[in-house]
Amino acid sequence: MATLFGSGIKRREDPRLITGKATYTDDVKLPGLLYAAMLRSTYAHAKLNQVDVAKARKAAGVVAVYTGADVNDKLNTVPCAWNVPNCDLKVPPHPVLALDKVRYVGDGIAMVVADSRAAARDAIDLIDVDYDALDAVVDPEKAAAKGAPELHKEVPGNIAFTWKVAGGDTAKAFAEAAVRVEQRIVQNRLLPTAMEPRATCASYNAGTGQLTCWVTSQNPHIHRFLLSVMTKLPEHRIRVIAPEVGGGFGSKIPGYPDEALVSFASMELGRPVKWTEDRSENYKATIHGRDHVEYVELCGTKDGTITGLRTRVYAGLGGYASTAAPGIPTILHGLMYSGPYTIPNIEGTIYGVYTTTTPVDAYRGAGRPEATFLLERMIDLYARKIGMDPVDVRRKNLIPKDKFPYTVATGITYDSGNYQGALDKALQLIDYKKFRAEQAKARKEQRYLGIGVTTYCEICGLGPSQVAGAVGFGGGLYDSAIVRVYPTGVVRAYIGGKPHGQGEETTFAQIVADEFGIPVENVEVVAGDTEATPQGWGTYGSRTTAVCGSAVKIAAQRVKEKAKKIAAHLLEASEADLEWKEGKFVVKGSPDKGKSFGDLALMANVAWNMPPGVEPGLEATAFFDPSNFVYPFGTHICTVELDVETGEVKILRYVAVDDCGPQINPMIVEGQVHGGVIQGLGEALQEMAAYDEDGQLLTGTMMDYAVPKASQMPKVETAHTVTPSPVNPLGVKGVGETGTIASVPTLVNAVCDALAPLGVTHIDKPLTPARVWAAIQQAKGGTP
Amino acid sequence: MKRTITLTVNGAPRSVEVEPRALLAHVLRDQLDLTGTHIGCDTSQCGACTVHIDGRAVKSCTMLAMQAEGHAVTTIEGLAANGRLHPLQQAFWDKHGLQCGFCTPGMILTAADLLAHNPKPSEAEIRHALEGNLCRCTGYQNIVAAVQLAAGAR
Repeated sequence: MATLFGSGIKRREDPRLITGKATYTDDVKLPGLLYAAMLRSTYAHAKLNQVDVAKARKAAGVVAVYTGADVNDKLNTVPCAWNVPNCDLKVPPHPVLALDKVRYVGDGIAMVVADSRAAARDAIDLIDVDYDALDAVVDPEKAAAKGAPELHKEVPGNIAFTWKVAGGDTAKAFAEAAVRVEQRIVQNRLLPTAMEPRATCASYNAGTGQLTCWVTSQNPHIHRFLLSVMTKLPEHRIRVIAPEVGGGFGSKIPGYPDEALVSFASMELGRPVKWTEDRSENYKATIHGRDHVEYVELCGTKDGTITGLRTRVYAGLGGYASTAAPGIPTILHGLMYSGPYTIPNIEGTIYGVYTTTTPVDAYRGAGRPEATFLLERMIDLYARKIGMDPVDVRRKNLIPKDKFPYTVATGITYDSGNYQGALDKALQLIDYKKFRAEQAKARKEQRYLGIGVTTYCEICGLGPSQVAGAVGFGGGLYDSAIVRVYPTGVVRAYIGGKPHGQGEETTFAQIVADEFGIPVENVEVVAGDTEATPQGWGTYGSRTTAVCGSAVKIAAQRVKEKAKKIAAHLLEASEADLEWKEGKFVVKGSPDKGKSFGDLALMANVAWNMPPGVEPGLEATAFFDPSNFVYPFGTHICTVELDVETGEVKILRYVAVDDCGPQINPMIVEGQVHGGVIQGLGEALQEMAAYDEDGQLLTGTMMDYAVPKASQMPKVETAHTVTPSPVNPLGVKGVGETGTIASVPTLVNAVCDALAPLGVTHIDKPLTPARVWAAIQQAKGGTP
Repeated sequence: MKRTITLTVNGAPRSVEVEPRALLAHVLRDQLDLTGTHIGCDTSQCGACTVHIDGRAVKSCTMLAMQAEGHAVTTIEGLAANGRLHPLQQAFWDKHGLQCGFCTPGMILTAADLLAHNPKPSEAEIRHALEGNLCRCTGYQNIVAAVQLAAGAR
């Protein structure tokens, strides 16, 4: 039987999704269901004097109204779960509903529970709030400056933490360097925009004391823990079900006040309660991404050897520290400053800063896109300054393929790589030399062609639990699977991860089917229910296949070992005399004497004739804790043509060569790259969450926030190389975020390259026509 | 205040009591239990709620349920005929045209309208036709490929 590993079989989750039969959280309906709506602050920063809910309480259909004062002693504050050490982290209280102050537009003030969605919404408008407006501050650099308005009395100066990374002797490197380049870089704030908004449906059973909570969650076990903290119910009394989840991109990792409030309402009222945000609520009340102001310096020799990198970063955290927020601009950002290069001296200082904005947390790539962007941008500036081809500079500094495992100056150790291989392949696909020749010719005709090259690597497959503990992550980062064989020979894998578009119901079925030599149709993957699945840590950080998939593999192997014992017993042979052939254990030399997987499934489950000392049943549980992170890598290249009259960017070609190790399902891998690249191009070209100075979100609906459309985006040409990782039994690395990590600098470098003849060196993204045009005017010496 | 409307939904006559202000999208989901129609925004940008009204694609969040009185509504649940997937459903599956699946019902119904009126669209025409349907997962490439496949299969 041909192996399924490496086969791009069609997805097993699709039939329910294409026929409208999937169940997302808002599709859940329960008898006696009530509906919740939230009143959210319209001010970015204000003293909360009075919240008058008297009229709302009397409104038709309203069952209850709760304010911060009503829930303050019944619910705990919203926890931050990444307590990054050695940075003097300050996490002020984050009440589930505001008490005396609001700290961003969207901060929760009251919850209405009513017998219909409409009644709950109507009653929201009947609540009178008396605010005293305070000064807002939305820019993290300004919020860190002296005299800025302060959000929390516990955090003077708004600085939540000062985190440093250092390796080598960076001061000396810069002092002695022949060439230095520096650049201020703004990482535009982004709205994750999972197509499904967040929702929670809670049902408390007073008889059993059990809370069942359907949550739009990437990590139901983490949500169970966070709900336990907020509701004060012990974890074992909470069942979190993440049914179909319509995308996450990080925004469905954190614990939000809403989940606790809806649960609380169900406990108080003895009825199930559901809350679903609409999109404009999502844009205010669901986490944002990125939002850095960075000062970056890079130094090197005149012939292209990079000797040092130094950063000072102001990372906006928003009004409160969200679940994983402190870890994003530090562990997942600063530790990746070396990228795929041998930079001997690195120093970074990251300030986490509270601002009167929606909290910022993990968004696809989470810290690594920012690190890759600043590094790749600086390399192009450096290459231009020394008059060297940017590809040659990269090639000169890439970690050689025979040096792995390789420890970079920031102290982390990369598992495996062949960066030159991916670079060569990408250059060949784009025909780099030919494009440079075309570009030179075009420039003579006043046409502006550009090419951008990114060689990247990134940290994912999070990760060893011991490291998680050492860096203050509030949990483990192992993952788990139960592989259970039913008497019919059908196998189900119950997994700790929670796929929400990544297709592991298919890829994990491929792993199991291969192990047992059975059709993939006989394998089902179950995820997203804390009562059905063992403890897992969720789907984010491109970890599910590397970590949870490995647990599936190991559990399946254990099942097979047990099946072998039973087969030996039934065949009256010794285990050593058995071999696995086409879905059967057969006696070596007598191929007609065998037991099929189906036979063994039945015999194990009825247990009529078990070997001595072997328990009935045929299932195994595995917990897999990797020995290291995985470091996928690749080269992306983009070519563009600029209209210098209008500032419009036209993408000519986009080539992505990625190496995520062996691919279980190449079709799904390619889909991840497509989506990731386009999401990154959105960041590079058009997406920005814009606030005015008063802290009002100007891009508060989909009319204003420019999610990429089909007509705006190019085709992505994909290719790959295969370098296995030694840190998991599948050899796989993650690929969910590589596209977003690599594509942003690729596009921006291409545009800056196109405009080089005009003297443009840098433009802050998103590269809207207006910004590009202004940069051209400025470079020409005019006023933009 | 509530009014009773009658309409045809996926080929069957239905009678439903609605608030005059109720949007068709909400009535389909909450009252007729057709939760394959998704709601992804509140400004009619995302297209997840797209259904067919008398064979034309309409964002069901842009119309009141009362405006559907007497009309024929087709939702994603009604697209497969006699247990056979619609060619577009099949093509989305074959071409990996979906990941999280949330935008997919609207995508398929919009594409079905396109192909009904332009059986052999160019790639640019497909991308233009899908402008009102947002997908955050796929980068659109395999969605376009799926529509091309379905067009070829007709």
